Amino acid sequence: MLEVKGITQIFGGVTALEDVSFSIAKGHITGVIGPNGAGKTTLFNIVTGIYSQTCGTVSLDGRDISGLPPEKLASLGMVRTFQNIELFGQMTVRENVMVGLHSKSSCGLISCAFKAPWATSEERRIREEAMKWIDFVGITDLADATASNLPFGKGRLLEIARALALEPGIILMDEPAAGLNSQETLGLADLIRRIRDMGITVVLVEHDMELVMDICDRIVVLNLGKKLAEGTPRQIQENPEVIAAYLGGDE
Amino acid sequence: MQFDQLLQYAVSGLSTGAIYALIGIGFSIIYNATGIINFAQGEFVMLGGLFTLTFLDLLKLPVWAAVPCAVAASTLAGLVFERLAIRPLRQPTPINLVIITIGGSILIRGLAMLFWGKDTHSIPSFSGDDPIAIGGATILPQHLWILGITMVIVAANRFYFYHTISGKAMRACSYNPRAAGLVGIDVRRMVLFSFVISSAMGAVAGIIVAPLTMTAYDVGIMLGLKGFCAAIIGGMSSGIATVVGGLILGVLESLGAGLVSSGYKDAIAFIILLLLLFLRPQGLFGKRESERV
Amino acid sequence: MQRERIKFLIFAVLVFSAPLLFNGGYLMNVFVFVGIHTMLAIALNLLLGYAGQISLGHAGFFGLGAYASGILTATFGWNPWLAMPVSALAVAALAYLIGFPILKLKGHYLAMATLGMGIIIYIVFNETIDYTGGPSGLSGIPNMSLGGVSFDSDIKNYYLIWTCTLLTVLLSLNLADSRIGRALRAVHDSEVAARVMGVNARLLKVQIFALSAVICSLAGSLYAHTMTFLAPSSFGFNFSVELLTMVVIGGLGSIYGSFLGAALLTLLPEFLRAAHDYDIVIYGGLLMVMTIFMPGGLVRGIPALVRALTSGKRGGGNA
Repeated sequence: MLEVKGITQIFGGVTALEDVSFSIAKGHITGVIGPNGAGKTTLFNIVTGIYSQTCGTVSLDGRDISGLPPEKLASLGMVRTFQNIELFGQMTVRENVMVGLHSKSSCGLISCAFKAPWATSEERRIREEAMKWIDFVGITDLADATASNLPFGKGRLLEIARALALEPGIILMDEPAAGLNSQETLGLADLIRRIRDMGITVVLVEHDMELVMDICDRIVVLNLGKKLAEGTPRQIQENPEVIAAYLGGDE
Repeated sequence: MQFDQLLQYAVSGLSTGAIYALIGIGFSIIYNATGIINFAQGEFVMLGGLFTLTFLDLLKLPVWAAVPCAVAASTLAGLVFERLAIRPLRQPTPINLVIITIGGSILIRGLAMLFWGKDTHSIPSFSGDDPIAIGGATILPQHLWILGITMVIVAANRFYFYHTISGKAMRACSYNPRAAGLVGIDVRRMVLFSFVISSAMGAVAGIIVAPLTMTAYDVGIMLGLKGFCAAIIGGMSSGIATVVGGLILGVLESLGAGLVSSGYKDAIAFIILLLLLFLRPQGLFGKRESERV
Repeated sequence: MQRERIKFLIFAVLVFSAPLLFNGGYLMNVFVFVGIHTMLAIALNLLLGYAGQISLGHAGFFGLGAYASGILTATFGWNPWLAMPVSALAVAALAYLIGFPILKLKGHYLAMATLGMGIIIYIVFNETIDYTGGPSGLSGIPNMSLGGVSFDSDIKNYYLIWTCTLLTVLLSLNLADSRIGRALRAVHDSEVAARVMGVNARLLKVQIFALSAVICSLAGSLYAHTMTFLAPSSFGFNFSVELLTMVVIGGLGSIYGSFLGAALLTLLPEFLRAAHDYDIVIYGGLLMVMTIFMPGGLVRGIPALVRALTSGKRGGGNA
C-alpha cells in the first residue's frame, strides 16, 4: 500500500534520516517506534508532504507521491493527525469535522455566495455526514462545543473524527497516545482497531510501548535516522539490537 | 550620459543609501530579537529630525548639544512605545503585532502633527553648505557627515553585538528565546533593549538626513519603508549586508530619478521590495533555509 | 439559519427606512459613504478576519475600480453600467496575478508586500497624468442612471449604494456560512491542518484575495459615479489604514461588525468637525486600544463587557 524507499533527509548538514526503506501492508496497523531523535516525526512529515526529502521516494498504491503537497495527498486518500493536535480552535466540533469533508464536496465560491440549491443540499449532506463521524469516535454530546475548549483527550478524538471524514485509505497518526491518561489510551486502542476493521490502513508513530505491542500487526524500528528492524511485535521484542538501542538510549 | 553626472548621482545615492541602511538595521535588530517588524520604525526617524529642530530653535542649543538631546528624546519615545504597545499585548499574533505597530505609528505621526504642525521644516547643516569638488562631482559637507556617522554607528553596532555581554545575550535571544530565557537572560529586557537601540539609530538617521531633505511630521512612512526594503535586500541582517542593501537601494533610486523619471523614484524601492519578497525572501546574499514546521 | 435570515431582514428594513429619519439632510450624504465603506470593510474582513491574511493595500484596489470606471466613462464615454463590471473583471484578473506570489508570504512580510503594492498603485495614479489627471484629479465623471433616471441626488444614491451594500452583506454572510467560509477559517486557525484535510490553501487564499479586490473595485466604481470627481489622495496608505481600523474596531470575522466599524469611523469625523486634525491620532489610538483591550472588536467586546458588568452586579454569582 505505502512504500518508502531510500529516504534520506539532511537539515543544514545534519542527517536526520539515512536510506530508510520499508513497506506497509494494506489493512494492517503498523507502528513506527524508536528512541528520541530517531527521526520518526521527520519521516512522518516527509511521507505526508509537509517536508520534502533530500532523496528517496514514497509511493502509495504503486504511485509515486514524493513531494506532493498535503492537499493532493488528501485527495489520494492519505490523511494524518498531529502530535500536538492541530484543531481549528475557533470552530465548533461539528464544523471541524465538516472541514474534513471539504474534499468530499465541491461547491465553489460563487455557488456558495448565492446559496444555490445544490449548495444548500450539499451543506445538509455534509452536516449529517459529519455527525456520523462524531458519533463514531464517541463525542456526540460535544458536537456544538468550541474546539479550543475541549479537554486534550476529546480533542484527540475530534482530530481522528475529522481525519476519518475524508474516508481515507490510509491514516497516519503522530503519537496518538501522547498526553492521554490510561483510561483514554484504552479507548484509543479500541478506536484504532475499529478503524482498521473498516478496512483503513493505520500507521502510528508512538512512544507508548504497551499500546504499540498491543495493537500493531507489524512494527518498524528506527534508530539514529536508520531502520534498525522490522517485524511482528513478538519478533521486535526479542530482537537484541532493538533491546540494545532502547537500553542504550536510557543511559 | 556624462560620467560626471553619473558620479553626482552616485554620491547623492550613497548618502541617502546610508540613511536607508541605518533605518534598515533598526528593523533588523528588532526583528531578530523579537520576530516583530516594527511598522513604527520610520516614525523615530521623523522624531529625530523634529526634536533636533525643537532643541535648536526653542532652547537655542548648539548643534553638538541638540543632536544628542534629540536622540535621547526619540529613544525615550521608543522605550515608551515598547512599554505601551508591545508589552501589554495578550495575544501577540503576527497580525495583532502588525496592527498595533501601525496604530502606534499613526498615533506618533498624529501627535507630531499636532505638536510641530503640518509645515516642512529645514535644519541647518552641521558644518556649512560649501560644496567640495571631487572629480567632476560636488559633495556637500553634510554628505560626509552622513557617511562618517553611518560608518561609526555600524562599527559600534558590531562591537556591541559581538563583544559585549548584553549584545551577545541579545543575539542568543534571536537564535532561541526560550533557551536564552533558561540560561538566565531576561528576554523581555532584551526586547526592550532592541526597541531602544533601534529607535536611537532611527533618530540618528533622521537627524543627519534632515539638513539635506528637510523634515516634516509625515516623512517617517516613506523613510521607514525604504529602510525596510534595505533590510530585506540584506536578508534582515543587522550588519554589513543591510548596509550594502541600503547603498544599493540609494544609488538605484538616485540613478532612476536622474535617468528615468523623478515621479517614479519612490516606486523603485517598492518594486525592488516586491520582487525580492517574491523571488528571494532570504535577501540578495542569504542562503535559502529549509523550512521546518 | 432562520435567525440569521431574520437578522438580515431587520437590518435591510432599517437601512431602507433610515432616510425617513434623515429628512433629506446632511446625514443622508454621510450614510452614502457609510454604505461604500461597509462594502470595503467587508471586503477586507473576508481576507483578514476569515482567511487571516492581512492587506495594507486595499485602498489601491478601491482606487483602481474608481479610476477605471471614471476614465472609461468620462474620457471614453462608456456607459457606467458597462464600465463597472469591466473594471471589476480587470481588477479581479490583476489581483489573481498578484495573489499567487504575494500570498505565499505570511504575517509581517505579507503586510509589507501589500503595503508596497498599494503605494505603487498610488504612485501610478499620481504619475499617469494623461489618464488620471494626476494630483489635480479627474472630473466630469457621469452619475449612474437607470431607465432615464439619473442617480444625481443623495437620496437616489443612498438607495443605489445601499442596495449594493446589502447584496454584499448577504453574499458575504452566505459565503461565511458555507464550505468555503469554513475552509477559510480553517486556514486561519491552522494552515497545515487545513491542507492535510484537502483544502487547497494557496488557491483558496488567492481566490478570496481576488474576490475581496472585486468588491473594492465595485465600491470604487460606485464612489466614482457618486462623487463625479476623483483625486489620488483618497486612495493612499492612510485610507488602507482607515479600512483596517474599521475592520478591527468592528470585529475581525464579523460581517455586521464591519458595518459597525465603517459606520463609526465615517460618522466620528463628522461629529468631530472641530477636531478635524485629530482624526489620525484617534485612528491610531483606537487601533492600539482595541488590539490590546478588545481584540474581538465591538461586536464581541460590548456583549462581553455587558455580561461582565451585569454579573458583577450580581456579585459574580453567575459568572
